[in-house]
Amino acid sequence: MSRAGLDTVDPVVAAPAATTVTGRPASPPRRRRMPLRARLRRDWPLLAMTAPAALVVLIFHYVPTLGNIIAFQDYNPFAGNNPVESFIASEWIGFGNFEALFSNPLFWDALRNTLAITAFQLVFYFPLPIFLAILLNSVMSAKIRAFIQSVVYLPHFFSWVLVITFFVQMLGGAGLLAQELRKAGLEPWNIMTNPDTFIILVTAETVWKDLGWGAIVFLAALSAIDQNLYEAAAVDGAGRWRRLWHVTLPGLRPVIVLLLILRLGDALSVGFEQFILQREAVGRQAAEVLDTFVYYNAIVTQQYGLGAAAGLFKAVVGLVLILAANKLAHRLGEQGVYARS
Amino acid sequence: MRRTAGASRSRSARPVWEEPPSIPGLIGKWVVLTVIVLAVLVPMWSVVVTSLSSRQTINEAGGMVMVPKGFDPSAYVTIFSGGQVARAVWTSVILTVVGTAFSLSLTVLAAYGLSRPGSLLHRPLLFLFLLTFLIYPGLVPTYLLVTGLGLKNTIWALIFAGAISAFNLVVIRAFFMNIPSELIDSARIDGAGEFRILTRIVMPLSKAVIAVVGLFYAVGYWNVYFNALLYIDDNDMWPVQRVLQSYILAGQSPSVTGTPVNLPGITATPPTLAIKMAVVVVTIIPAVLVYPFVQRHFTKGVITGAIKG
Repeated sequence: MSRAGLDTVDPVVAAPAATTVTGRPASPPRRRRMPLRARLRRDWPLLAMTAPAALVVLIFHYVPTLGNIIAFQDYNPFAGNNPVESFIASEWIGFGNFEALFSNPLFWDALRNTLAITAFQLVFYFPLPIFLAILLNSVMSAKIRAFIQSVVYLPHFFSWVLVITFFVQMLGGAGLLAQELRKAGLEPWNIMTNPDTFIILVTAETVWKDLGWGAIVFLAALSAIDQNLYEAAAVDGAGRWRRLWHVTLPGLRPVIVLLLILRLGDALSVGFEQFILQREAVGRQAAEVLDTFVYYNAIVTQQYGLGAAAGLFKAVVGLVLILAANKLAHRLGEQGVYARS
Repeated sequence: MRRTAGASRSRSARPVWEEPPSIPGLIGKWVVLTVIVLAVLVPMWSVVVTSLSSRQTINEAGGMVMVPKGFDPSAYVTIFSGGQVARAVWTSVILTVVGTAFSLSLTVLAAYGLSRPGSLLHRPLLFLFLLTFLIYPGLVPTYLLVTGLGLKNTIWALIFAGAISAFNLVVIRAFFMNIPSELIDSARIDGAGEFRILTRIVMPLSKAVIAVVGLFYAVGYWNVYFNALLYIDDNDMWPVQRVLQSYILAGQSPSVTGTPVNLPGITATPPTLAIKMAVVVVTIIPAVLVYPFVQRHFTKGVITGAIKG
């Protein structure tokens, strides 16, 4: 399974399967010699079963991917009765949309916000699930551990609308905190509408939603560390912290590297709903990210060519980033996202 | 190396070589864990209590209620006696049921179809799905496609655009590939076709993984917000998250569409806090109901899942 590595793209959403991905050892054996017609007769039910899903992916993933070509057009949605006719009737303008995009200060604001949020969360969110996993792993009682786990995994299943609702009701201007502060005679502040602290707010929301869920993958990796290593280290005189540094962290390293690569590849996506939901409250300056920029400047205003250019920019940069990060991981002797082929 | 069953070893006792924990360390650990647990539970508690409080209790508390006083379900009666919320819940239930059935059956079929390396077109088809991880189609072309197909203001706009998760497919496929081939071969010798093998042998053996993936899909459909913002203009057809947003966050921030939200049935009386919180509770309930099923699989640690080996 040389591609098995791609299984890991969302490592957090683990599922009970996947204990091994290797599958049956090379069964059925190589039947390359079989004539096409015989293989078709043998395999057509499998093809028929795969076809519906493949069709959906082709139409709703690959057709839009090709549709990005309108980034090079002055696409006019009213030039025809449907997108295809409009596409044929629209004028080709080369890199005009990209020029417009790159000379648009709003685009650079959005890009700057996106990268700032990615960097901030890399520092202040990324390590937290690792800490939580180590903490949880040190809880002796299986019952208490299971209780804590079920509580902290739960918010992952909440929608962003719900998460932000909770934050508004707890920390907002009319929320629980403000109301208690007022009772205590203090002046409440409203973190939900403050653009200066917005980056902290979104990180706090992300932590609240996904801290527990993010710890799952590290918990699994922790339980895979050979206990004899700890004992051997302890016998050699390594204390608690030395063991953490020399046994636990190296054991987690491949997972950490893998998740870092994936995060880097996704550096230009910081999530959509979280920002679109709060953009009005804190203002465009702080909350506009690349995705919301496309929504407000392409979809709402029907400047589809410009939006496609921004999307294409994001896709290409994302692809380059993930390939580069993976290459770097291979250089450092890690496995990365997919095996070297 | 790292591929293990991942069962979290029950560390019920401290090994002899491990030094006893320090008191400050223990205190620190439990303070942190308690804070994390309370950070999740306190908001949920407060929302549930407030939704069941009378106007008087809410006024006394000055807003959100922490200490329950009495039991007043009138907020729930109001939202379920018709109007926007009841309609939205209905829409979301239909969307979730239809969407999950659609996504799950296509995913299971394709996972089985791709579970036999060496079959015709196996590699290119697998690649077709795996490449979706790396290729980002972009918002604008997808929007044009969905509107161009005339799917706007139908639930199919919310279903097709993200119907197949390649990740879910790969997870189920990995599970299928672990089923001993002898079982499948013997069924074939008995004359069963592929579809029969799938439904009679493979699926019964994979109930757990299929259930978990189904729940992932269901949660996704129930939580859909942004696609509804894009594709559902008609607010009689809004799913529940869209309504929640217009109810709760609209007070904080005006509706993202920029137009004042018209809420048939409830426009006359602005929703009291209890009604708002009741809507929140209604939106959470499915997640909380569904959760114990999935969660069992998590804590059992059956899931090293995607950590590859």
